[in-house]
Amino acid sequence: MASEKRDKEEEEVKTDDGSPKIKPRPIVQLGIFLVAHSPVFSVVFSAAGVLALLILPLLAKNTYISENALMPGSARSMLSNRDVSDGSKLVKDIKNYWLNHEGQGVEVQKLIGKYMSDMGAEVYYQKFHPEGNQFHPLHFFSGPDSYTLLDNVSCASYGVNVAGIIRAPRGDGKESIVLVTPYDFINGGDYEALSLGITSTLFSLLARVTWLSKDIIWLVTDSRYGDYRPVAAWLTEYHSPSFKVSDLLKCGELNTADTFRRAGTVAAALVLKVDGRSERFEDTLSIYAEASNGQMPNLDLINVVNYLAVHRQGFYVKVEKVVSLLSSSWLKIIGEIFEAVGKLARTLNPDWNFGIPAADYLEGSATLASSLYSQALGIPTGPHGAFRDYQVDAITLKISPRFPPDSKTRQHDFFLRGARLLEGTIRSVNNLLEKFHQSFFLYLLTSPSKFISVGVYMIAFALLVAPLPMVAASLYIEGCKALTKSTDNPTENLKSWKWLDAAKQVFALHLLGFIVTLLPYFICQVPGQHSPRNRSIMWGTTSSSLLLITFAIIPGCSPFSSRHHGTNWAVLKSVTISAAFIGLCLMSIINFATAEIGALLLVPTCLMAQPIKPALRSRRIKSLLGAFCSMVLLTIGFPVMFFAISKGLFGEAVVGLSLGGEFWTWLESLWAWKSATYLYIGMVHLPCWLLCLCILFHPS
Amino acid sequence: MASLVRSWIPLLILQSFLVAVAFGSKEAEQFSEALLLKPLPDRKVLAHFHFENRAPPSNSHGRHHHLFPKAISQLVQKFRVKEMELSFTQGRWNHEHWGGFDPLSSMNAKPVGVELWAVFDVPQSQVDTSWKNLTHALSGLFCASINFLESSTSYAAPTWGFGTNSDKLRYGSLPREAVCTENLTPWLKLLPCRDKDGISALMNRPSVYRGFYHSQRLHLSTVESGQEGLGSGIVLEQTLTVVLQPETTSVETNMQPSWSLSSLFGRKVVGSCVLAKSSNVYLQLEGRLGHESKNVDTEIEAHKLWKNADFDLSLKPDRVLRESSGLLFIFDIDKSSDSEPFDLGLNWKLPSKWSCQQAPLQASRFLMGSGNERGAIAILLKATESQEKLPGRELTDGRCTIKANIFQIFPWYIKVYYHTLQIFVDQQQKTDSEVLKKINVSPSTDKVSSGMLEMMLELPCEVKSAAISIEYDKGFLHIDEYPPDANQGFDIPSALISFPSHHASLDFQEELSKSPLLSSFKEKSLVRSYTEVLLVPLTTPDFSMPYNVITITCTIFALYFGSLLNVLRRRIGEEERFLKSQAGKKTGGVKQLLLRLTAKIRGRPIEAPSSESPAAESSFLSTKLIFKIILIAGAAAAWQYFSTDK
Repeated sequence: MASEKRDKEEEEVKTDDGSPKIKPRPIVQLGIFLVAHSPVFSVVFSAAGVLALLILPLLAKNTYISENALMPGSARSMLSNRDVSDGSKLVKDIKNYWLNHEGQGVEVQKLIGKYMSDMGAEVYYQKFHPEGNQFHPLHFFSGPDSYTLLDNVSCASYGVNVAGIIRAPRGDGKESIVLVTPYDFINGGDYEALSLGITSTLFSLLARVTWLSKDIIWLVTDSRYGDYRPVAAWLTEYHSPSFKVSDLLKCGELNTADTFRRAGTVAAALVLKVDGRSERFEDTLSIYAEASNGQMPNLDLINVVNYLAVHRQGFYVKVEKVVSLLSSSWLKIIGEIFEAVGKLARTLNPDWNFGIPAADYLEGSATLASSLYSQALGIPTGPHGAFRDYQVDAITLKISPRFPPDSKTRQHDFFLRGARLLEGTIRSVNNLLEKFHQSFFLYLLTSPSKFISVGVYMIAFALLVAPLPMVAASLYIEGCKALTKSTDNPTENLKSWKWLDAAKQVFALHLLGFIVTLLPYFICQVPGQHSPRNRSIMWGTTSSSLLLITFAIIPGCSPFSSRHHGTNWAVLKSVTISAAFIGLCLMSIINFATAEIGALLLVPTCLMAQPIKPALRSRRIKSLLGAFCSMVLLTIGFPVMFFAISKGLFGEAVVGLSLGGEFWTWLESLWAWKSATYLYIGMVHLPCWLLCLCILFHPS
Repeated sequence: MASLVRSWIPLLILQSFLVAVAFGSKEAEQFSEALLLKPLPDRKVLAHFHFENRAPPSNSHGRHHHLFPKAISQLVQKFRVKEMELSFTQGRWNHEHWGGFDPLSSMNAKPVGVELWAVFDVPQSQVDTSWKNLTHALSGLFCASINFLESSTSYAAPTWGFGTNSDKLRYGSLPREAVCTENLTPWLKLLPCRDKDGISALMNRPSVYRGFYHSQRLHLSTVESGQEGLGSGIVLEQTLTVVLQPETTSVETNMQPSWSLSSLFGRKVVGSCVLAKSSNVYLQLEGRLGHESKNVDTEIEAHKLWKNADFDLSLKPDRVLRESSGLLFIFDIDKSSDSEPFDLGLNWKLPSKWSCQQAPLQASRFLMGSGNERGAIAILLKATESQEKLPGRELTDGRCTIKANIFQIFPWYIKVYYHTLQIFVDQQQKTDSEVLKKINVSPSTDKVSSGMLEMMLELPCEVKSAAISIEYDKGFLHIDEYPPDANQGFDIPSALISFPSHHASLDFQEELSKSPLLSSFKEKSLVRSYTEVLLVPLTTPDFSMPYNVITITCTIFALYFGSLLNVLRRRIGEEERFLKSQAGKKTGGVKQLLLRLTAKIRGRPIEAPSSESPAAESSFLSTKLIFKIILIAGAAAAWQYFSTDK
């Protein structure tokens, strides 16, 4: 808006200065104007982008139940003391078992299975292999793995899941709801047993109610092998079983062949965990929703749980937040500024009440940062992530009771409330005639009851990347002028092909980035056991030697080449910026949060990059400052460096060579979870960073 | 109302008797009613109402009947229906606990929703027309959307996979149809006593629909008289099968709940329907033969059958029949009256356990894969425990084999790749020639006809499990083909698994009474089971988006046409000349307007503006412009401030 206004003024001035000047079309004029003043605008837009990100907590809206059919909390809970005593009995039996036995075999599974079948459920056991996630470069965006047959299956380690199905009495069996409780069958765990107690209380109720229209599956997963893997194994068996013979079936005394049962399309899934003791006075319920690659379940599912937990069962509901941000002073100052601005606006007009207290702002931004970070990482925050791969909406509920696990008196009340919360949620989902579709899928949470929808948070990103095409265009024009001046040969002056040399270099480095991305797969194939540190060293040396080879082979690529071969740095920067722009825009479609954080790093680096030599030569403060800034940004922009800094922010300082190992492990986890962030780092960030480095040391 | 009916009934009987005598027909129309009760192993009770209405082949009555419903006979005459079956079902039949190898389950375990099949007695070319007309007629008759079966995309013409070999057979099913009292009421209207008297008076709607399974069926078949000039007779069989959970107070979980008719239905039987030739209540107890003595000669032994240490019945049965797997108590309800209603009760004293006989293979079907693009349908056949005991094994080439027919309809938007058919027997992949005996495929045509797959598997007797998988692509629907509301997904109708070499029947050791229910049980019926209905999520456009789409489309149109028109009608040369001429004497638009206005007011031609230096002009103009902008912004802020201030 402001630019337009200025634009108009400019127009007036131009036409009124007396010389007969032809007015070009307004849109072209605007474009030319923006390109001509790109440095100013890039600063304005980038600052606006960062500011927009900072005021996001202010713009968060309260959540609301969008789908009317859900009707949470409208039915009275039918849970009785009989059901609770069923749950308590199971917990007691399991505890007694642990007192008398050592953890071996499948006795606990059988015990749970017996309880399930006594309640009237169909029970089965599923064996699975704990190994699952293996990096394969071609499987990145393909769907969930089809069941890969492992030839060398050893019976030494395998997990056993128990599942019980309650068939809806009058239902048609087309849909089902899954309840998951992870439980370590070997080591037990007092808190984990409580989650079994809650679910079995609920299951006892669901086995006799008549309102069910979807089948209910209760899955007790073997959490010895992590929370995620058993659920993923069960889902794989559910959706894409192998009909071929598997060696795993012969392991152990439990015969599980051909007993796997299904119950239609999964409509929604809830993962329940009881973990640790609440620090607050109330029982605490944490909601985890992020699945792989920043996919979120439908907001309505979170809303229903939040509504029931807060307004019916009196839990304290929270979502993950970055705790270190809560004590940061700069954020507090920003919060206070916003509060003051809000107050000022309110005195002007009582309707402008966008201001929120500084404390709320701090909480909101800490939650938002955590939400952004978990989405950007692309690693699911719990077992619910496995469901998202099958387009099932799922969340993990982690309840922390306020009493120690052996308190009998409080346990009854805890079971009752936990089961009521689940009952209400299941009843709401059960009411649903259609798939979850009403509410948002693209959102960031700033608190359990506040969210920022895609329409709002896109603005920050759009503002951040907006200067890139402008600057690219202006640099290109500049570079062309410089080239035309420098070369006298008219045949070389074909204007439209100026970018070709630079594009070659950009392409070569992107290709290098692609190869570097694939390298870990081959390094993993290297025989012998290597520590992550050694592997990272291997990776580092191969990558840098590849880089040197690239510089040697392709003339003009290297920053150390002679001036004659080198391309004009302005054109090179222009093409680099275009590539970065395209990469960021593509990434914003795949995983918005990654693109947002990536843009925060990459946009200033790309914009500031300029040759360091002329700056040193000129010895002007302005250019020296610019060179210094670009060097600092480049240092931060190096992925390993950024990793170390973010680690430091989270309070874990890593230095020296162990950093390499840590970084390798981190990257390994990224690719093992098929996170697109890994691809982004390798194929967008790294090449652009290298190109910026080339510009920095450009011999012009 | 009841008294009115009762006063009418003798009149009707008299009339029918007179008519019968007057026309001297050999056979009169017959109606019989029966109720079979059967405790199930999972603490539930099955109630099977059976009504049979026979119209003998005669043309003496013309178009009139005494007992037989006129609507049905008109239907048969109009559409030349040879055989037809219509069923409305809610809930799923539990093959594991409720049995799968007795005539009751093979005839009454139906797929969810509506299922209709009919065989016509018309030339081949008219079969489809008759089917379409029939669906509309039935739709009106039963208050259900059976007319959706009219569309050629929803029905198929099975050749042999369905069990009835006829090329004039049409089959269709609507899995999504909700079943309720509005379907039961017209069905009851076909009975001569409706639900006012006799056994059907038990059908208290809340208790019938509270059950775990509910299937109402109407089967009619025409009987050719064989004589020239004589029309065909019609046999109309109406059954209602419900599975109820008796309310129990005992906490003992392994104890079978005790029940009585009044506790199950909330009503009692007060006398039979007077128009019925026979009206009986049967109680079938399975698995009670082992510890009973073989002879029932003595009175004490007979007494022991229904009053013993395990259980006792509240009424003395009129007869007790033995069949291979259990006992059948027969009660005649003619004796009951208002003062002494028939209220059969079963009281269990000891925990008791038994299991039902199951079909040789238990079938389940599920979808594989995820995402909106493609997937696979898998049918899993598992051997049941009772498989080895069953008769009906065949020896082909010295091998013992079980035959299984699979009949499946695919809606057109499920684009099945038939070449991807894979068969696994006991987790070993088999080639088609090894296990597939016969296969018949009719591929679907987009938006025209549905696909159909019939295949006959020949599995070895010792088979533990067999799996069939077939891949498909999901099609795209046109926007108006989506249902108007609630996008849950699309249904694939149940597959039918039948075992052509297995037949279920009850063989009674004694000679049989002439009860139609028992004779229908004695007939050998094909063992068949339906699989689950599947839900396929298809790609669905977000229908709440039209607004956005309209706005975007309009914007694009406006931009396109605007620029196009601009390019077409613009004369750039002229414009340039005009601009050049204007550039010299340019003045502010507002000033020009003011000048024109004053000129108009004064009625004088426009004066040439006084010449000022351009530099002064421009600076004056730009400050003026800034002033104007500030003025407008201030006005807007003030307006905003005062308009919202209360």
